[in-house]
Amino acid sequence: MLKIENLSVKSGDNLILKDISLEVKKKDITIIFGPNGSGKSTLIKTIIGISGYEVVEGAIYFENENIINLPVSKRASMGIGIMFQNPPKIHGLRIYEIAKYLNKNENEIKKLAEKLNILEFLRREINVDLSGGEIKRVELFQVLLQKPKLLLLDEPESGVDIENISVMGNVLNEYLNENECSALIITHTGYILDYINAKNGCVLIDGKIRCKSEPFKIFEMIKKSGYKICEKCEDGRIERN
Amino acid sequence: MEELKEIEKVGFKVDEKERTGSFIQKDNEVISFKSFQEGVEVLSIDKAIEKYPEIKKNYYGKGFEEINKDYEEDTEGGYFIRVKKGVKTLFPVQACLFLKSKKFRQKVHNIVIVEEDAELYLITGCTSAKETENSYHIGISEFFIHKNGFLNFTMIHSWKEDIEVEPKSIAIVDENGIFISNYISLKPVKKIVMYPTSVLKGKNSRARFNSIIISYPDSYQDIGSRCILLNQNTSTEIISRAISYGGKVIARGHIKADSPNVKGHLECKGLIISENGTIHAIPELETNYRDVELSHEAAIGKIKKEEIEYLASRGILEEEAQSLIIRGFMNVEILGLPEIIENEIKKSIYSVSSGI
Repeated sequence: MLKIENLSVKSGDNLILKDISLEVKKKDITIIFGPNGSGKSTLIKTIIGISGYEVVEGAIYFENENIINLPVSKRASMGIGIMFQNPPKIHGLRIYEIAKYLNKNENEIKKLAEKLNILEFLRREINVDLSGGEIKRVELFQVLLQKPKLLLLDEPESGVDIENISVMGNVLNEYLNENECSALIITHTGYILDYINAKNGCVLIDGKIRCKSEPFKIFEMIKKSGYKICEKCEDGRIERN
Repeated sequence: MEELKEIEKVGFKVDEKERTGSFIQKDNEVISFKSFQEGVEVLSIDKAIEKYPEIKKNYYGKGFEEINKDYEEDTEGGYFIRVKKGVKTLFPVQACLFLKSKKFRQKVHNIVIVEEDAELYLITGCTSAKETENSYHIGISEFFIHKNGFLNFTMIHSWKEDIEVEPKSIAIVDENGIFISNYISLKPVKKIVMYPTSVLKGKNSRARFNSIIISYPDSYQDIGSRCILLNQNTSTEIISRAISYGGKVIARGHIKADSPNVKGHLECKGLIISENGTIHAIPELETNYRDVELSHEAAIGKIKKEEIEYLASRGILEEEAQSLIIRGFMNVEILGLPEIIENEIKKSIYSVSSGI
């Protein structure tokens, strides 16, 4: 589904991602851990093609096509969906207006909005006057209406209250299962792991992938020892254990 | 008839369905005036003065006298609209001022009176025929909103690259009265200079100005709104949105608090699409009193790439994402218009924002 080969990415003069290789197969869910500033969001933004991130080396294949020179909208229409960590406000454009763009089936729109408890603010402007948790639910709502084959989620649960994490987690899990969808998910809190069946995880430190293992194992290790242990660790050590 | 198409673009319904009254003037010739509701008078200004000579004494020019301002007296035509005490219009009254001849100078004087407890929605479309060249339009308008009266006045301009216009309007608002003025100019024009003023004379009266302006290369639009708060508990809001595709826009706003315990807010936002565009926002707040609440907010910039890419990441083509953002910026829902007019304006904004 997604294959990243020897990817190095620059933002301005800074080399942020260094020789990253990663594969997400069909139905696979991969979790990316890593301290702040390690390049996790850059990786996700580079996959969707956000400007300001220059690929200096390597390739990103989506369904066997190298997408690094395609515009953002093309990548999205091929089946990549993204949930941003800090999406911009779009004044004057209402959530239901964009929903109708993304999905012509009004019934589906209504059902998903109900499930995510956002029916009452569909008439609001996109990301305007919404709380952090509401923004996340609206983001998930939009991206699922797109019916993507690959989901890129940047801290989907940050700022969301416990009750709504469960709402979002269940909706997400249902979508992934029903649509045989793949996902690449960034998480700090690990809460999302309780709702989805993620088998792969990796840690990104200073723009490099330092280890690959089962997400729960990585998460337990980070909780216990912090990211310091990853910094010292050789590539793939946990995997060998 | 080709002209009818132009007229319909500025919100004038030729079939006059869903309209309470109708007025149309071509160059200096009044073509027709009609009212379909009792208690609502729609006349030409000349007919009105002939029928009710006291208008000359009580209303004509009185708005301008109020602020010691001169006005052109050599006008020909214009409308007179009066809504009688307690009457509320079922549908908007429509008026159209149409320029047809080449090098013509159309000068009109309009008077609108909303009596006590009455309510009026008025939509005025000003436009020109394709064959007009180098013509000029000046519209003098005086609005009188009496106690508890309500007037929602929408003016839609749709001119041509070689036309100059200079509307001059004054609204006098009595106790508890509400004046809402919407101004929309989406088509090319050579020059527009206007600074409509409302005077909140009566206690608790309110005024709101909304304007949506698009500017094209080689055009000059000096457009402002002014509100003078003369009495206690009066309040005003002035909101403008300007988009420059290459022309120059001067977006003015002026709130003058001449009484304590008044409120005013000015919001002026500009979007520059073309590098050759100019937007100059000049918000002014003025008072000699301490107990007033006046504020302003002005912001000018280009469309943020981040916003376009955000919408593109939903699979919306980049060009379409830009049009969606522009349409959102020119949010007509702020105008508080009846649905039928709102939809008409949305349609024309849709065609403008998609065509560029």
